[in-house]
Amino acid sequence: MSAPLLAQLTTIFGILTVVVLLAALLTWVERRLLGLWQDRPGPNRVGPFGLLQVVADMIKLFFKEDFVPHFADRPVFILAPTLVMATMLLGFAVVPFAPGIGIVDLNVGLLFVLAMSSLAVYSVVLGAYASNNKYALLGGLRAAAQTVSYEVFMGLSLMGVVMLAGSFNLREIVTAQEGGWFVLPQFLGFVIFFIAGIAESHRLPFDLPEAEHELTAGFHTEYSSMKFGMFFVGEYLSVILISALITTLFLGGWLGPWLPPLLWFCIKTALLVCVFVLLRAALPRPRYDQLMQFGWKVMLPLALANLLVTGGVLLWLQ
Amino acid sequence: MSIFFYLCAAIALLATVCVITARNAVHALLYLIVSLLAIAVIFFLYGAPFAAALEVIVYAGAIMVLMLFVIMMLNQGDSTVEQERQWLAPSDWIGPGLLSAILLTLFLVLLGGNGGQAGAVNYVGARQVGAALFGHYLLAVELASMVLLAGLVGAFHLARRGQSEQEGTDHGH
Repeated sequence: MSAPLLAQLTTIFGILTVVVLLAALLTWVERRLLGLWQDRPGPNRVGPFGLLQVVADMIKLFFKEDFVPHFADRPVFILAPTLVMATMLLGFAVVPFAPGIGIVDLNVGLLFVLAMSSLAVYSVVLGAYASNNKYALLGGLRAAAQTVSYEVFMGLSLMGVVMLAGSFNLREIVTAQEGGWFVLPQFLGFVIFFIAGIAESHRLPFDLPEAEHELTAGFHTEYSSMKFGMFFVGEYLSVILISALITTLFLGGWLGPWLPPLLWFCIKTALLVCVFVLLRAALPRPRYDQLMQFGWKVMLPLALANLLVTGGVLLWLQ
Repeated sequence: MSIFFYLCAAIALLATVCVITARNAVHALLYLIVSLLAIAVIFFLYGAPFAAALEVIVYAGAIMVLMLFVIMMLNQGDSTVEQERQWLAPSDWIGPGLLSAILLTLFLVLLGGNGGQAGAVNYVGARQVGAALFGHYLLAVELASMVLLAGLVGAFHLARRGQSEQEGTDHGH
C-alpha cells in the first residue's frame, strides 16, 4: 500500500471516529447544558461529572432486545436508520477542518452537502413507512413535508455566499473570507440557513416529526436498541454537520488570530452546537401549520429578496 | 474509469428493471432512487459534477420524496401487492419485451457506428452550465419557467377552492 493512500485512509478513519465519538458525547453534553439552563443538575452520577453516562447509555442500547415488529416492512425497516448515519457521515467528507485537514476537496462541495442532507430525509420517511404504525406514519408525513419545504430556501440562502465567494468549493469559500467573515454582508442568509438547519435536523423547536406529546415518539415509535441509537446519533451528527457548515460558510472557517486553525474551527463549531442546545432549552414548539406557513410565507420571500439584493449589489459594485 | 462506468450502468439498469417488477410501490420507488443515484455517479465520472449534484438534490432528494409522500398518504397496504401480482402476469411481458428488444438492437447498431467518440471527456462545471442556460438556452429556460408558473397558479387555485368549500360547510353548522 502506497504512503499517500495510507495517509488518506488514516485521515478518513480519524475524522469518522472523532465525529461519531463527538456525536455520542454530545448526548451527555446536551443534557448537562439543558440542566444548567433549567436550574437542575442533569446526569451527574456515572463517573466524573457524569461523563461515563455515555458509556452507560451505550451498554443499555446494545443489550436491549433488537425488536422488529411482525407487521413491519422488514428490509426497509432495517435500511432506514442506516441511511441517516451514512449520509451525515458522507457530508463530513467535504468539510474543510483546517488547511490540509479534510478528506476531499470537491469543486461542488457545497452542493454535495446539500445533496446528502436531502437524502437524509429518506431515513425518517422510510422508517415511518416501514413501521406500519399510525403515529410513525404521521411523523413521517410531517418530516417529508417539513424537510422538502425547508430545503428550498436552505439552498437559496447559501447562494449569496456562493456569489460573494464565486465558488461552490468550501475551501475557496473559507479563503474568500480572509477580508471579512460572510456573516456581516450575508446576515440574512446566515439567519435563514440556521433556521433551515434546525428544521432539517428535526431539532427542537422544529421536532414535529417526533413530537412526543401528540405522536408518542413519531417516526421512531417502533424502533428499539441500536436502530433507535442510530436515529439518535444521526440527529446529533446532523447538528454537528450544520454547525460545521455555518462555521465554514459564514464564520470564516479555520480563520482566526493566535490560535491554530483547527482549534478555531472546533471552537466556532462547538459554540454553534451550544446555541442549538440553548434553543431547545428556551423555545416552545410551534404548531405544524404555523411551521409550514412560516417557511413558505416568511422564509422563502426573505431568501429570494436576499438573493436579489446580493446579486444587485455585486453587479453595481463591478 | 470504464470499469466504474460499466458498474454504475449495470446498477442503473438492474435497478430500473426492479422498479418495473417490484410489487410493493415503496420498494419500486427505492429502486428508482438507486437508479438515479447510479446515473448521478456516471455524470460525476464523466466530468459533470454540477449535473451530478443537481440530479441527487432535485430528482433523488426532492421529487422522489414527494412521490414517497403521496404513496404514504394513500397508504394502500398489502391488498395492492396482491393486485400488482395479478396485473403483472408473465404473459403480459411478451409485447413490451419484444418492442424493447427491437429498441435495444437499434441502439447497439447505432452505438457500433460511431464508437470512437465514446471516451471523450470534457469538464462541465457550474459556470459552464449557468452560461449555457442563461445564454444559448435562455428562451427554453423562460418557457420552462412559464410552464412551472402556470402549474403553480393552477395548484394554488385548486387548493384555494377546496379551502373555501370547507369554510362554507363549517358556516352551515
